[in-house]
Order: sequence, then structure tokens, then C-alpha cells
Amino acid sequence: MTESFAVNFAIAAPEVFLAVATMGLLVAGVIMGDKSARLITWLALATLAGYAALALAGLANGAGAAFSGALVADRFAVFAKVVIAIGAGLTLLLSDSFMQKEKLSRFEFPVLGLLAVLGMGMMVSAGDIIAVYMGIELQSLALYVMAAFNRDSLRSSEAGLKYFVLGALSSGLLLYGLSLIFGATGATDFDSIAAALAQEESLMFTIGLVFAISGLAFKVSAAPFHMWTPDVYEGAPTPVTAFLAAAPKFAAMALFARVLVGPFGEFIGDWQQVIVALAGISIGVGVFGALAQSNIKRLMAYSSIANMGYALMGLAAGTQNGVNGLLIYMTIYLLSVIGVFACILAMRRKDGMVEQIDDLAGLSQTNPGIAVALSMLMLSVAGLPPFAGFIAKLYVFMAALDAGLVLLAVFAALGTVVGAFYYLRIVKLIWFDEPAQGFVRPGRTVAYTAFGSAALAFPILVVFIFPLISQAGAAASALFS
Amino acid sequence: MYGFFENMMGPHWGHFTASVLHVLIIMIALLLSLAYLLLADRKIWAAVQMRKGPNVVGPFGLLQSFADFFKFVFKEIVIPAGADRPLFILAPFLTFVLAFISWAVIPAGPGLAVSDINVGILYLFAISSLGVYGIIIGGWASNSKYPFLGALRSAAQMVSYEVSIGFIIITVLLLVGSLNLSDIVEAQAGGIWHWHAFMLTWPNIVLLPVLFPMLVIFFVSALAETNRPPFDLPEAESELVAGYQVEYSSTPYLLFMIGEYLNIVLMSAMTVILFLGGWHSPLPFPPFEWIPPVFWFALKIVLVFFMFAMVKAMVPRYRYDQLMRLGWKVFLPTSLVAVVLVGGYVALTGGPA
Amino acid sequence: MILQAIAFWILAGVAVSAAFMVVAARNPVRSVMWLILTFFTTAGLFVLIGAEFLAMLLVVVYVGAVAVLFLFVVMMLDVDFVELKQGFLQYMPVGALIALIMLAEMAFVGASWAASRGEAAAQPPAIPVSASNIEAIGAVLYTEYVYFFQAAGMVLLVAMIGAIVLTLRHREGVKRQDIGKQVGRKRDEAVELVDIEQGEGIG
Repeated sequence: MTESFAVNFAIAAPEVFLAVATMGLLVAGVIMGDKSARLITWLALATLAGYAALALAGLANGAGAAFSGALVADRFAVFAKVVIAIGAGLTLLLSDSFMQKEKLSRFEFPVLGLLAVLGMGMMVSAGDIIAVYMGIELQSLALYVMAAFNRDSLRSSEAGLKYFVLGALSSGLLLYGLSLIFGATGATDFDSIAAALAQEESLMFTIGLVFAISGLAFKVSAAPFHMWTPDVYEGAPTPVTAFLAAAPKFAAMALFARVLVGPFGEFIGDWQQVIVALAGISIGVGVFGALAQSNIKRLMAYSSIANMGYALMGLAAGTQNGVNGLLIYMTIYLLSVIGVFACILAMRRKDGMVEQIDDLAGLSQTNPGIAVALSMLMLSVAGLPPFAGFIAKLYVFMAALDAGLVLLAVFAALGTVVGAFYYLRIVKLIWFDEPAQGFVRPGRTVAYTAFGSAALAFPILVVFIFPLISQAGAAASALFS
Repeated sequence: MYGFFENMMGPHWGHFTASVLHVLIIMIALLLSLAYLLLADRKIWAAVQMRKGPNVVGPFGLLQSFADFFKFVFKEIVIPAGADRPLFILAPFLTFVLAFISWAVIPAGPGLAVSDINVGILYLFAISSLGVYGIIIGGWASNSKYPFLGALRSAAQMVSYEVSIGFIIITVLLLVGSLNLSDIVEAQAGGIWHWHAFMLTWPNIVLLPVLFPMLVIFFVSALAETNRPPFDLPEAESELVAGYQVEYSSTPYLLFMIGEYLNIVLMSAMTVILFLGGWHSPLPFPPFEWIPPVFWFALKIVLVFFMFAMVKAMVPRYRYDQLMRLGWKVFLPTSLVAVVLVGGYVALTGGPA
Repeated sequence: MILQAIAFWILAGVAVSAAFMVVAARNPVRSVMWLILTFFTTAGLFVLIGAEFLAMLLVVVYVGAVAVLFLFVVMMLDVDFVELKQGFLQYMPVGALIALIMLAEMAFVGASWAASRGEAAAQPPAIPVSASNIEAIGAVLYTEYVYFFQAAGMVLLVAMIGAIVLTLRHREGVKRQDIGKQVGRKRDEAVELVDIEQGEGIG
């Protein structure tokens, strides 16, 4: 051990703070009981704010690595952590009123959310394959429990179980792949792996890498490892689905980028075709699967599969521009998808939640505010100019074209056209169909989140998009320095 | 002994022969002493209840255990029709064999262990945690309600109490700084005030309020671990007939019985090694020092066994939820705190040595 | 050395065949038994490479606790195994294909490893000869690997929270035993002496 303990701790300060605060909230929750759920939720939000603040503060010291390189705090990690904290925070905020109304309000929910964020933080700043695995397990395990959180509902339990079983399988694949990489290189930290590979590349490493990519692809729900997504999205309580769709996807994508372009950047030949295939299949499965859906949560599941395909396109480029595009794409997707789920959470009639797409008919007359927000978000996710989603797609397409992935780009463009169909169908339903029974007035947090997210999708775009692009660029360059 | 055979037969074969003889001696000694400990158990039980106990076979009933032994061996082995035959037979053998192999590392005197391995205490812990299999397998393989219930109870019970036993062992290990059983005993040399249960030397005396309760908790956990009253719920005769042993008869039952009692003696031996100074005499001067260490070791085991017998005779059976509560909510936190305290003490002072 | 080689082949052979039996056994309880045997022989392999501490831990943790709980659960399951096996033939081709691919890949890996054998990169870091292996583990567990150690702790914490969240139900109206209250009860709280007139009873 060359670094002293204090140095390690300073670099790991955000994670240490998050872990300690989470355990504190857990103890507080156990003492105060389920009545404290709301208080704990707000404290969890404060914790997330503190986490992001500490991560940003760490930036002042420059990039560093703690615990023999297992935890890297560079620009990339900080960017990812801030976005994750925002995504997780917003979705936790959305969950509160839903949980109260559905009588699911329990203090463990925000605690599990924080633990998932801790796992995501470990993932995005992983500098060692053990840390990669640990982070993924921590995050996934918390998510499995959250998916099954409505334990009296058969569908929620089924979602949790399905997620768990398939997730365990994918963890097995990942672990198998990582152990093969360890076997091939004799090291677990990225630097030593890269150094060992520079001397000699073996078949064992290539097979291990493919396994590891498969495991990671499951976590981002890229086809053909997407089987769990629609069922889990549909079965899990809606705020949990929102949580699942936002921060973890970003974290897994960031981890993907960190692993592939970090130690294995030299071996782009080994993994580029795999990622290209994943991206292409995801886009195909996503857009065509979504066409047949009548449940809006399932639709969002297929939409997320397709979106992961677009994001992977940036990764497939393997260039700094590609990672830059990936980060921009994922950030904008995360913000939009939270807005969409806020709108879905607003779909509440007097006798409970509804989830069918047809229930949105004529929303413009019954609830114009939500109607405008949802329409804008749909147009943005579809990637129509001048919405934010267009800019996101522009960046990944450009990166892919720069890297010479013309075929993939053409295919993705076709996918966008098909995909626009089902997004526009929802817009048509909202504005031009006979109104169905109206929804009850959504709570303030839900409405504000929906409006805010929609606002980011277009009107205040200019103010928001330039800082995002420059920050993402700086983050991406950190991986290539 | 080893030296003699190695001189006579060469280093390899001599060592081998000596080891076999050593193992045989220990096995025979154990089985013989077991016969009388069993008798003592019954006599003490009887005495508490103002009965005479076994007194027909031999003078004062001294040959009772042997009579029982032959009775079991000569009876027919009955295997129930629905039983899982291989597992049904495997279970008592497992119990029997496991009970014996743990004695391989017990140092009855200085240098008297068959195998003085470095991870001795861990080995004991591992073997004793395997003991549960004999019971579960036997209960399940019988394919009958009561044995199955008994097996489930015992699985939960033994796993629960193993946790606190593990922590208690860790407190002692922290003090000694070794996992070797002989080292643990040697660390308690120099009289009763050096024994872990009664540490009176300065500054170790501050640990007395921690370690003596650990002895008590260890003893109680040992009762639960060996399914002895008041924790004999796996075989609770008033509810489960005889628990996991219902379908067993003849030699398989005998094997269960021997294994069970041997485990009790083993737990007594562990108590002696961890807390009561092992083979050391209580007062480190001549009249006591003349007596060989093996004798002290055996005497202490008998003493602890006497406690086992008295508890059986005097304490009513626990209810199952009380048993679980005691294990998880009382013993586990207490022993965990003890680990922290002892660990802190060792960290502060650099250990008692 | 030859003795060690023999022991290795026996242990490895038993471990692999027991692992196969875990999958092949018809009765899940027997499957768990085979699993235990696998753990046990693996512990034996650990002893062979001189890692007796790991061997003991494997026995204590996996055989002594994890497998017991497995057995506990499996024995209580009331599954119709005949029915469960019915879908077996249907999924067989797919399963066999996947198994075949995995096998082929492993063979590749083994071959490539054998080819590059002897090179430094393929060798695991040596155990320091001077220290016993408990000391060797102790020296790095809380220093070098403290991050992973704590992370593993957090993973277990999540598992604990999850198990409690998903299963614990606070039932209303259950009378619980309060031992402290029970023991702390005084005579005058519990016993009352009443003089009863003949034929009246307590009012």
C-alpha cells in the first residue's frame, strides 16, 4: 500500500458519505417506523445532493484513484455521478406520493434507492474488475428488491423474481467473463490488465471479453439480452419503473464505456462488431416490439431497448466523440424518460392507476398541461428536430459516421423513422381522439417534474444543452487521456 | 511413542504405524469413557429425581452401558418402507464419524494431539457445524412426520447457535493470537488465575466481566448445539415422540447415540480448552503439578459434563420461539459486543502476553 | 509429490462428478447432498495447495451454513418432480446447444492457456512463503482490499434489507411475550386476596 488511508478516503469521500448516510437513514427509519417514510425520502434527496456536491468538490483536486486504483475519481466519474444523483433523486421524489396513495409507503424504499445509487457510483468509477462486479451486484440487488416492492401484487412479485433470476444469470455470465480476463492477464485492475494485454493478447481474453459484454448488455437491456425488460417494466410499481429506466441505465452505459474504451480501448477490433451487433439488434427489437404494445409501461420498455441501441452506437464508434455522444444521449434520455414517467404517474383515475395507451385519448381536453408535456417529451424521444432528443441522436449518428459505421447509422436512421410512428400515435391519441374519462389532478411533484422535463426537452434548450455538451466533452476526454 | 516406532521401522512406516496406534488408543479411550459418562448421566439424572438409576447390571450398574451396547448390536435393523435407504443408513454413520474425527486435533496433553494443525479451532468449528447433517438427513430420509419436524428444528437451531459460538471462539482467538489449540492452552499456563474464564492478572482482569459471561454463553450454546436439554427440541419426546430418531433402531440408533454423546464430550473439551486452561493444573505448584496433564484435562471435561447432566435434570425444555429469541436476540449481540471489547483491548494493549 | 498428484486427481474427479450429479440427480435433496460433496472436495483441493484457512472457511460457511439452509428450503418444498421434469425434453436441444458452446469455449480457453503456460502473465501471484495463510489474508483484507470488503458488506446489507422488506409482516393483534415484563412482575400486581362470602362468589 503506497497511498495513505487518508488520501484514499478523501478520494472516496462521496461514496463513504453516501454509505454512512444511508446506514444512518436506515437506522433512523427502523427506529421511527414506516410513518417516517416521507421524512426519510426527503433526507435521502438531501443525501443525494450531498453526494453530488462531494463528487463535484473532489473535482478540484483533479483526477485520482483510491484503493490501489479500484475507485477512480476522474471527470468522467464525476459527470456520471452527478447525472445519476439527479436521475435517482427525481425518481425518488416522484415515488413519494404514489407510494402514499398505494399504501406502499415504507422507509426502506428510499434507503434501497440510495444503496442502488451507491452501487452505480462504484460502477461508474470502477478501476478494477472486482469493483465492476461489486458495483453491479450492489445496484442490481437493490433494484430486484425495489421491483418486487409491492409484495402483495402478483405482478410486482413476478417482476422482481424474473428480474432476479435473469439478473443472476447475467451476473454469472459477467463473472465468468471477468474471471477469464483475470486468467488471461493475471490482474484485476484495469491498468495492469491493459499492460498485460499490451504484451500478449490471447483467445482466453477475447472470449472473456465477449462474456463480460453479454453480462453488461443485460444490465442496459440491450437486445438480445432484453427479455426481462418489458415484464419488469410492466410489473414493477410505476415509480420503480421510472427509477429503473433512468439512473441504472445511465450507470450501466457509463460502465460499458469505462470498461471498453478504458483498458480494452486498444482492442477495439475485438469488441466493435459485438457492440455494433448489439446496437443494431436493440434498435430493431425496440422499434418493432414497441409497435404492438397497448400498455404504456411496456411501450416505454421497448422504447428504452431501442434507445439503448442508439446510445450503444456512440460506444461502437469507440472514439472520444462517440463517448461524448453516448453521454449526451444518455443524459437527455434520462431527463426525458423521467418526464414521461411523471406523466404516466399522472394517469390516475378515481379508482386507481391506469396504464393502457388508449386511456390517454383526448388528454388535451381533460388535462391540457400534462398533454402538452407528454407530447413534447414524445416528440423529443422520437428524435424530431428541434427537440433535445434530436440533438442527442445527432451526436451519436455523427460519431458513428466518423468511425465509418455507415451501415449501422443507416439502419438506425430507418429505426428512427419506424419508431417515430408509435411516438406520434400517442401524440395523435392525446390531441385528436375522443376524450376518455379524465384523470384526477396529479400531485405537485409529479406535475412539476413533467413540466420541467418537458421544458428541458425544448424551450430552454439553448441554456441547457451547451453546458451539457461541454461537460460531457470534458468527461469523455477524461477516458482518453 | 512416535520416536520408538520411527527408530524401529524407519521414518515413514514408523510414523504411519504410530499414528494408527495413536488414533486407536484415542478411540478406545473415548468409547470406554463414553460408556461411563453415559452411565453417569443417567445416575445424576436419577439422583436429582431421587431415583436409583441403573443398578442391576454389574456392581452399582457399572456394566449397564455394555449391556445396552450388546442389546442394540444384536437387534434387527429396521428400515421403514418409504425411507430413502442410502441416506437413511448414511445419516447415523455421518454423525458417528464426524464425532470421532474432530478428536484428531484435541490436545489432551502437551503434544498429545494426533494432528496439531494450525487452524485447529477452525477445524473443530467446521466439523461441529457438519454435525447437523446427520440429523437433517436422518430426519428427512425417514420419510415420516415427526422425524422431519425434528430435523427442521435441529437445522434451524444448530445454525443459529453456531453463530454465537463462532463469535465466542473469536474473542478467545483475539486474546491468544493463534488458531492452534495447543497455543490456546499454553496461553493459559500458570494457574487458575490465567485461565480465560477467570483472568485475575493485571491488567487482564478488566476482561473478566467480558470473558466469564462468554464461558456461560458458550456453555449454553453448547447445550443448544448438541441438542441437549433444555434445548432438545429436535427430539422433544413430549411433542415429537423422539424427533429425528423415531424410525431408528438397533445399530444405526446406537451410532446416533454414540455420536451425540461424543459431541457432548467434545463440546466439554472445547469449553475446557478455550476457557478452563486445557491440560494445566489449577494451582501451579508441586502436589498439583505431579499429576499428569492428561488427568487434569479429563477431570475438567468430566466437570463440564457434570454440568451438562445437571442442566438436563433440572431445567425444563425451552419453547421454540424462546430458543430462537435467546440465540439471535441475546447471545448473538452479546457475543458481538464481546468481540468488539476484546478486540479493542487487544488493539490498545497489544494483547495479554 | 506423486501422493499429492493422486490426491488431486481423486479430489478433482470427485468434485466434477459430484457437480454433475447435482444437475443429474432426480431428487433435489440428493442434489443438495451432491453439492455438499462438491464443496467438501473443493475444500480438500484448497488444502492441497496449502490454503487450509480457505478450506476451513469453505466448510464452515458453505457446508455448515449455506447448504444447511438450502437443504432446509428444498426439503420443505412440495414440488411435483415428475411434472417438473416433463418440460425437460422440450428444452433439451437448446440447453444442449448452449452447453456445447460453453464446452467448446472452455476447451479453447484451456488450450490457449496451455499454449501460453509458463509465461509470467498466466501465473497467479504467489502466496508469500514466510507467513501462514491466515496472516497472508489478514495482511491484505483490511488494507489492500478494504474497498471490496466494505462493498461486499454493503451487498449483504442490501440482501438483508431485501429479505426483511419482502417477507416481514407486522401482524396486528398478536400477543408477544415480553420476558422482562414477565420476570419483573411483582406479587402484589398479580395476586389479590379476596374474602368471599359463602355462596356469593366474587362480584
